[in-house]
Amino acid sequence: MAEQLARITEVHDLGMIALRGDLDAIAAALGMAAPDRTSIATEGDRMLGWMSPDEALLILPAASRAADLSRLTEALADRHALVADVSDARAVFDVIGPHADDVIAKLAPIDAGTMPAGHLRRTRLAQVAAAIWRIEGGFRVIGFRSVADYMRLVLANAAIPGSGLGPR
Amino acid sequence: MTHVPPFRLPRGGRLIDRSDQLGFRFDGRHLRGLRGDTLASALMANGQMMMGRSFKYHRPRGPVASGAEEPNALLGLGQGGRFEPNQRATTTALVAGMVTRSQNCWPSLDADIGAVNGWLAPFLPAGFYYKTFIHPRPFWKHVFEPVIRRSAGLGRAPTDPDPDRYEQAYGFADVVVVGGGIAGLRAARDAAADGGTVTVLEQSPHWGGRTPVDHAGGQAAIDALLSELRAMPHVTLRRNCMATGLYDHGYLIAREALADHDPNQGIPRQRLWRIRAGRVITATGALERPLSFACNDVPGVMLASAMRDFIDLHGVTPGQRIVVATNNDDAYRTALIAADAGLDVAAIVDARPQATGDLPRAVRDRGIEVLTGSAIAKVKGRRHVEAIAVCDQNGGGAITRTVECDAVAMSGGWSPVVHLYSHCGGKLTWDEGQALFRPDPDRPPLGADGQGIAQAVGAANGDLRCAGDLERAEGATMPVWVMPARAPHKLRAKMWLDFQNDVKVTDVELAAREGYASVEHTKRYTTLGMATDQGKLSNINGLAVLSGALDQPIPATGTTTFRPPYTPLTLATIAADARGEAFQPLRKTPMHGWHEAHGASWDPVGHWRRPYAYLQGAEDREAAVAREILAVRKGVGTLDASTLGKIVVKGPDAGRFMDMMYTNMMSTLKVGRCRYGLMCSENGFLMDDGVVARLSDDTWLCHTTTGGADRIHAHMEDWLQCEWWDWKVFTANLTEQYAQIAVAGPQARTLLERLNGSIDLSADALPFMAWAEGDLAGIPARIFRISFSGELSFEIAVPASRGLELWEKLHDAGRDLGIAPYGTEAMHVMRAEKGFIMIGDETDGTIIPQDLGLDWAISKKKADYIGKRAQRRLHMVDGGRWKLVGLESVDGRVLPDGAYAATDKVNGNGQRVTEGRVTSSYHSPTLDRPIAMGLVRHGPSRMGQVLDFPMPSGGSMKARIVDPVFYDKEGSRLNG
Amino acid sequence: MLILTCPHCGIKAEETELHNGGEAHLKRMGPGSSDEAFEDYMFARKNPRGVHLERWRHVFGCNKWFIAARCTMTLQVFGTYPAQTPAPPDHIVQAIRAARPDWNPTEEGVSE
Repeated sequence: MAEQLARITEVHDLGMIALRGDLDAIAAALGMAAPDRTSIATEGDRMLGWMSPDEALLILPAASRAADLSRLTEALADRHALVADVSDARAVFDVIGPHADDVIAKLAPIDAGTMPAGHLRRTRLAQVAAAIWRIEGGFRVIGFRSVADYMRLVLANAAIPGSGLGPR
Repeated sequence: MTHVPPFRLPRGGRLIDRSDQLGFRFDGRHLRGLRGDTLASALMANGQMMMGRSFKYHRPRGPVASGAEEPNALLGLGQGGRFEPNQRATTTALVAGMVTRSQNCWPSLDADIGAVNGWLAPFLPAGFYYKTFIHPRPFWKHVFEPVIRRSAGLGRAPTDPDPDRYEQAYGFADVVVVGGGIAGLRAARDAAADGGTVTVLEQSPHWGGRTPVDHAGGQAAIDALLSELRAMPHVTLRRNCMATGLYDHGYLIAREALADHDPNQGIPRQRLWRIRAGRVITATGALERPLSFACNDVPGVMLASAMRDFIDLHGVTPGQRIVVATNNDDAYRTALIAADAGLDVAAIVDARPQATGDLPRAVRDRGIEVLTGSAIAKVKGRRHVEAIAVCDQNGGGAITRTVECDAVAMSGGWSPVVHLYSHCGGKLTWDEGQALFRPDPDRPPLGADGQGIAQAVGAANGDLRCAGDLERAEGATMPVWVMPARAPHKLRAKMWLDFQNDVKVTDVELAAREGYASVEHTKRYTTLGMATDQGKLSNINGLAVLSGALDQPIPATGTTTFRPPYTPLTLATIAADARGEAFQPLRKTPMHGWHEAHGASWDPVGHWRRPYAYLQGAEDREAAVAREILAVRKGVGTLDASTLGKIVVKGPDAGRFMDMMYTNMMSTLKVGRCRYGLMCSENGFLMDDGVVARLSDDTWLCHTTTGGADRIHAHMEDWLQCEWWDWKVFTANLTEQYAQIAVAGPQARTLLERLNGSIDLSADALPFMAWAEGDLAGIPARIFRISFSGELSFEIAVPASRGLELWEKLHDAGRDLGIAPYGTEAMHVMRAEKGFIMIGDETDGTIIPQDLGLDWAISKKKADYIGKRAQRRLHMVDGGRWKLVGLESVDGRVLPDGAYAATDKVNGNGQRVTEGRVTSSYHSPTLDRPIAMGLVRHGPSRMGQVLDFPMPSGGSMKARIVDPVFYDKEGSRLNG
Repeated sequence: MLILTCPHCGIKAEETELHNGGEAHLKRMGPGSSDEAFEDYMFARKNPRGVHLERWRHVFGCNKWFIAARCTMTLQVFGTYPAQTPAPPDHIVQAIRAARPDWNPTEEGVSE
């Protein structure tokens, strides 16, 4: 039997901090560049994603979470901003393999094949909200923790061997 | 003449592999076909021309077409869960071991009892059902309905779940070309030159459409186009992919067959494509029209194009001696192909006064007789064609001669396939010269930019000779709607328009006489075009006959609406992967696995699954709920409250915003304290409730109901973004970040103190409606002293990833205290014992807080809050509104939830006037008696009165109006 | 199924990623308003055959509300703009008038 279209692995040990406020001020507090609209920027072991005109998502190693949380809370204390730890609210999956595009194309109403690196697309994965971006060899998908089992199931179903989207 | 083999021709058949025989079954008989056969060609090769019976008269029917438009050869395929009714034999590839059966006949295809309907035909005119089954009334239920139900319906629905897998995919292309014939492939090549992405969809397994069969050198031309296109990286060629519908803004739905009837590949059987096309080119070709002559439905009569397909593609023939009936040159191709295959072509019956084109000349050169100005008066034979009677086309059917034959190829001209163009609003125009409707290029379906989004090319555009250099000069088609032109009623009553639904020329004429002047009404009155083929063959002939009967031009009659899907889709394909566990997302709390392992019986709450109760041993739900309640009331219990919404509201204007969102005054809430709040919609109705905690000067935490989290967060954002966008407020829905556990019961504090936390839980340090932050059992926690059970109670929020750990530590530490997990039902009963309302029980979208005696939670000081103005409307301040009370069953039975209380008064309809209803009703294990709440007219001022609740089964139950707080009215238990 | 471009994030979203919020540019009637004015605000919604200004939320996306100007008959989209806009901006009015010269924002699209 042929290989799965892509390998689906759940990613743990990520910290995530939701930040609402002026994006330039948030980036300054982090010492990072503000992300462009609908993009995700990487700096060292941190990633900063553009979520909406007044919301960013900081993704970082779980070990740095607590320190960054208090650092950011403090740095933004004098501004109108909201800093919230959402590390435990998320489920994260990596979809990696030669046909990772096909797996995403079966689940999200987006043109996965032409999605550029660095683009952060908030959309839906089948029936649940998700954010998707390219990583080495495929995609990273984040959704809500409560529907992790559902996400794992629909991703696995979309990746079954022999079901590539190429013309036959 | 007799109908004799061989039906498989000794040579020819470009798609079949004569070395690869495939066995299959038809109605229990073991038959053999060849790889490359369709089911129809394989049956024909076995001499099985009769493949079904018609719907109304149960007349014997063979295939009339060779493609998706086939109305007759509909079979049941497969067995058990894989059984599928109404599958077209003409488009179903033969697979080894296939099990097929005929349908719409009983007891068998050969001896069908329903055929008696045919003898009754004169008594079953159009609209028969509407006219006949109305009177006498009792006959409907006992005579007509059972008979109609047995004979109605085509095929039988499968009874087992479909074991196959299906999927869907999203596609994007600058241009989608629908149809892989010569026009489509050329259009794709032209479109690709612009550099955009091009996708070509072909419904069949083969490229080229009619070109390889109809034109010398056709296959070579197609192959050349294909190799050109395959070399273009931005062109995708997708076959076995049927475009079924075109919708708004270039949204095209298509079905790709991946493993049809070959379930052993382990891949999805079909895939539903949702393609977003920048532009759509319909190259969907044209369908040949039947001719309306008497008995044009006898097996062996088929479309001329279908007959040459069977001969050329599959090397099978419906007969040995063939007559071609036509009004055009194209059908002469069938005579040439049949003659090339060694068949005897008895005659061409051409309705036109003369036939002088290249093709008629070539036919005459073969010595085949051409009878111009002629018509078929009647086909002779019942189960297969035996002969035709010939007459003058312009006459009344007087027979001039009889020609023996065993197959008739008919062609009434061609109709462009305009379905996709029409689905999304494209209009058609009548082409008088060619007697066909074609897409009107000036009125195309529009895209988001207001420009045309679809364009038709080739035969689909009415360009019937679109093969360019490959074409030969052809004479004009002469419209022939009835053959012969002045056929008497007796002949017209045997001319089939809609083969599957048995609609004849006379039925449409009757509808016209009875006043059905609109083509849409005639369709429904006669059922013309309502069968599974959706009028693909019958549409144009039917509306031409209607136009004739109404004495108006065809464009004045118009067509019926073309609706998707182009061919039927199985529901499983539309559902795709959303079946079984993937049917909908189930939301699970961090403690879900623990609940499952401890006997949880689930309660669906929105997409969440919450434990209704934890069943121990042989316990039923009721016993478990009672045990859990008593455990809490006497000791301590834990409830997984993680599903409650948790929304943070922060900012300089957050207090002002909170005052608008809630009916209460939230801006004055002290940091460290909690307040129960109500939220109303703008039209005043109570939409959610929950405890609000003030976290800091500018930050509030709003708890919502389980079902309310997303809705309330959206409600807040709506007001913030669309009304008060200058207010400085941010919200964040942190519901999933936390696991939340309610620890309730007189031993709650004792239990928590055993877990060694940093938070002082004493009544002084943490009074009722206060919260504190710290850690508990080494886990960062926020503890709220709030209670929905009336007991001493703490709700503890910890990061979701630590929820299970805390839950297990609580249960370890509380074993000697009799700790029990409790579910949603115990929670519901305990809150009802305390007279607390529940959103969704006491509220139903028409209830304002004032109805529920919650005036204390509505600020009188605030100038405004969402819903305040609406609550001043006349009906809202009406003293007669039903209000919340407790209800005490008089005889000790539990009142049914939702039961209505009725007065002795009777309204204009003779019904008793109602005066209240039950909103919550339980057996209280704590009090060991029934308790209930309800909304009653003037309820609070009628304490002690007894209401009458009539029961649907007869009799009634009586209940006394009481205070809604049944347990611990003083609230002393809150302090443990 | 419609495609609308969210003016906040620039994503061309399809209808399943969006949530419709009905007529745009309503003026809220609070306490002190007359019964008639409140009723009109609360219940009387336009349902035009033609140009419509309606609210949409990019719910499977940036979560922001925006307003789409479109034709309910032809499904032509004239433009989208943020919900934080009291009246249709000039470029939208011009785009509508280019296709529907007779359209008048005060009469047809926007509540008084």
